[in-house]
Amino acid sequence: MKKFLTCTYLNLIPGFILTFRRMVMTIFGGHFTIQYPEEHYPFRQGFRGEHRLKQDELGRPKCVACLMCQTACPANCITIVATESPWPDREKVPQSFQIDLLRCIYCGMCEEACPCDAIELTPKHMQAAYFREDKVYDLTRLLHNTE
Amino acid sequence: MNIVLELVKVLFAFVLVMGIVPLLIWLERKISAWIQGRVGPNRVGPFGLLQPLADVVKLLFKEDIVPTNADKGMYFFAPLLAMVAPVILFAFIPFGPDIVLADYTFKLQVCDFGVSILFFMAVLSTAVFAVAFGGWASNNKYSLLGGIRAASQLVSYELILSGSFLYILLKWNTLSFRELIEKQAAYGWTIVSDFPFSLLFFILFFIAALAENKRAPFDLPEAEPELVGGYHTEYSSMKFAMFFMGEYIAITVMCFCMSVMFLGGYHFPGVVDVSGNFLNALLGLAVILAKVFILIFIYMWIRWTLPRFRYDILMRLSWHYLLPLTVILILVKALI
Repeated sequence: MKKFLTCTYLNLIPGFILTFRRMVMTIFGGHFTIQYPEEHYPFRQGFRGEHRLKQDELGRPKCVACLMCQTACPANCITIVATESPWPDREKVPQSFQIDLLRCIYCGMCEEACPCDAIELTPKHMQAAYFREDKVYDLTRLLHNTE
Repeated sequence: MNIVLELVKVLFAFVLVMGIVPLLIWLERKISAWIQGRVGPNRVGPFGLLQPLADVVKLLFKEDIVPTNADKGMYFFAPLLAMVAPVILFAFIPFGPDIVLADYTFKLQVCDFGVSILFFMAVLSTAVFAVAFGGWASNNKYSLLGGIRAASQLVSYELILSGSFLYILLKWNTLSFRELIEKQAAYGWTIVSDFPFSLLFFILFFIAALAENKRAPFDLPEAEPELVGGYHTEYSSMKFAMFFMGEYIAITVMCFCMSVMFLGGYHFPGVVDVSGNFLNALLGLAVILAKVFILIFIYMWIRWTLPRFRYDILMRLSWHYLLPLTVILILVKALI
């Protein structure tokens, strides 16, 4: 009986107050839920998602087909076929530029290796596709891979 | 004519108690969500109000599995009893003041007789059989353990409930719910008119009612981490839904009973008089529903705040502390 009288049943009261306060806060808009298909979590700068090839101000791909990214890639997911450049300011341009996103580990090494800042990782992360081939991105797809 | 009116009343009472159930399921999910900082169901209908309907449709289309070695008769009987017993309980609850229609007094209570509290207690204790039968007939060790737990828990907490009913009998000298409300209307609600005792008995009754309805923190018969699903592990489809609905009906009826016994039922000072017109009855119904929903909110608030008891602590709480306290309080009250 002494244990019952001296034990901490009164300590329940702060718990009840806490849950009630939490409830009132939630009702007035303080919830943590993101209504997923409509809303998305805002990703921070530097999130590594799908790749994108940048274009310069004339609309040409910045890539000079130096194969640095292909060499740096630890997952061997980049395949570049170079061809001669039609423009005088560079020697080579990529004829085809394929990234196998199913092999990619999104480490961002290609972005670091690129000497002319041509490849970057965007925050795009919705990776569902019906066929495996759909996740092998080619040059045109990578050039226009914007949000 | 009178029989038709009475039948309409019975139907109304049934629809009332069955209509509260989906609302409670929705409210439970919403309150749990709010307490945990979530939003809760909000896709089906406005504010997710049609979510219980979607759940029922889902359950109706589920496969109804009967275990091979189950005791078929009892296996089918248990969910039936789990749902029917609380619905019968509602017959004894007055849910509004009388309506006087010309020469006929129309009572807003399905079944009004002098000893309704005794009948209420008697039907209340059949709730044990539903869970015990369900647990035993499933022929599953978890169900059986859940059933045993439920049986011993309900039996031990029923004594506290009976003690509180005894207190009401001592205090108001009546065994009829309707008379109880009339006396409370005349002399003040139980909870305020007899202060230290009534509040203590209200708390005791509330704790025992939580245990009786198998609600957290007393939900050991269906403790998921220990017993898979407790006594309804083997039940699926509509049979499970009947257990589920029965539980919520029992909660509703318990809250109705508490509001009648301690909080003055449909009486609220200045709102409901004895004039017997239709508007007055509607107001009375609104008053008692408001009280019931406040109590149900407290039920849910407790459920989403407290963790589950350990089984020996649950038993010790009942037999070592609450039951002696009830007995002592009744003795003191009887002596005064």
